[in-house]
Amino acid sequence: MTETFISWGMDPNWAWGVATICGILLIALPLMLSVAMIIYADRKIWAAIALRRGPNVVGPFGLLQSFADGLKVFLQETIIPTGANRGLFLIAPIITFTVALMAWAVIPFNSGAVLADINVGLLYILAISSLGVYGVILSGWASNSKYPFFSAMRASAQMISYEVSIGFILIGVVLFADSFNMNEIVKAQQGHGLGIVNAFGFNLLLFPLAVMFLISSLAETARAPFDLTEAESELVAGYQTEYSSMAFALFWLGEYANVLLMCTLNAVLFWGGWLPPIDWAPLYAVPGVIWLFAKILFFFFVFSWVKATVPRYRYDQLMRLGWKIFLPISLLWIFLISGYLMLTRYS
Amino acid sequence: MIQYIAFWLFAFMVIASATMVILARNPVHSVMWLILAFFNAAGLMLLAGAEFIAMLLVIVYVGAVAVLFLFVVMMLDIDFAELRAGFVRYLPLGALVAIILAAELIFAVGAWSAGGVDLAARAAPVVSDKSNIQQIGELLYTRYIFLFEAAGIVLLVAMIGAIVLTHRQRGGVRTQNISHQNQRRPQDATRLVDPGVGQGMEL
Repeated sequence: MTETFISWGMDPNWAWGVATICGILLIALPLMLSVAMIIYADRKIWAAIALRRGPNVVGPFGLLQSFADGLKVFLQETIIPTGANRGLFLIAPIITFTVALMAWAVIPFNSGAVLADINVGLLYILAISSLGVYGVILSGWASNSKYPFFSAMRASAQMISYEVSIGFILIGVVLFADSFNMNEIVKAQQGHGLGIVNAFGFNLLLFPLAVMFLISSLAETARAPFDLTEAESELVAGYQTEYSSMAFALFWLGEYANVLLMCTLNAVLFWGGWLPPIDWAPLYAVPGVIWLFAKILFFFFVFSWVKATVPRYRYDQLMRLGWKIFLPISLLWIFLISGYLMLTRYS
Repeated sequence: MIQYIAFWLFAFMVIASATMVILARNPVHSVMWLILAFFNAAGLMLLAGAEFIAMLLVIVYVGAVAVLFLFVVMMLDIDFAELRAGFVRYLPLGALVAIILAAELIFAVGAWSAGGVDLAARAAPVVSDKSNIQQIGELLYTRYIFLFEAAGIVLLVAMIGAIVLTHRQRGGVRTQNISHQNQRRPQDATRLVDPGVGQGMEL
């Protein structure tokens, strides 16, 4: 995009700056819109599985429901509890929201269509996703209320636990792709499965990692069945209990943006990203963005499906799954993958 | 140009937030300033072209260590009056540490301006077409392999030590047998009985 601005007669430095800002807006604004629509989709899928109608009043088929909700919270009064730590109380939702947007900088939407094509893209994602926990911890502590604090404790323990196994799973992918660059990882998946399927997931060695990554991403975003941070039967509404109006909306948007990010990561890391599912020339006529969005929507459907059907885990079961099952298996898999690659690729 | 602006911004923010770490009254605020300092330090690393170190700094320090700090600090029962009362008592010790640090800084600056050791000759040559991670990996696994493994052993010993310290056998605790729980079926847990009138039933 920088070249376009330079060709319009702009100074290269300015062109770079303007291009970057345009890129950020091109990602962030559609993301906000899709978060609004995905909340609607989530509610509709959930309702369909529960044999209900879901939102169907505002706009055709209830399509404008999320916007109506957004307008409602926008017009509400922001209530800050007297005992709350004002600064941190207000900064917490902002952290959640900002961090949820930041990680999108390294997601490749098409061949080379990425805002920041950096060598350490995957590490950047890990770094940013480990920041998401601060919004939750700070909101829980700054609310100066028991239930949010419990929720914050749970959330931080949960996110740290699952980040460990996610880190090891990503190492497996990196070993196969031979790069930390997201674009290179997608390119490495071309014809990976039997020479025809464009996905790491069809590799027998990587398929278990793909399954574990899907489950871990449910836990990382605190979605059902791992939504213990906002378990309404135990903790009222978790860390969001004391929040109202836009502060609450920021949490809400950040949460769904994170869910979308995790769906995207599933698609990009294991299921071929912007590549078509089959390595067959006519399929490349369809733009890569469409393939990527189709995969993201599929994983979002899986997320909603799981939310509607699977009962909530107990907290000790959650921790056991993270530390005693996923961590040893993912660690073992790194050895297996390294050994396999040593024998086949590097010998 | 933008590098200079970024450098001065990051450098100023590191020093300012590091100062705020010790000036903030509330320990939780201190940890938050510390996190900001880590962040800006990562920014400085990025400017120096060490993107791998920058990301590791954020992942390890901000993502894990600072979260545990925050955990501990939040649980503390903080009495602000007591915190201020201890100031005079620790003043001599604090002053001593400050003097030592200042002396070291002056020494370091003096040695640096005197020319000092030629570090550039000892550092590995930078190959520009390879990524940061590859270069670090190649050095770690060839030239510094023994140091690297020694570091690994130290970490392993620390881990075992932590486990030994915290692991204790307690009597009288009913632990869960997960496979037993998973094997449980509805027919094991429920029983359909049809007690006669006035007979009651055995539980």
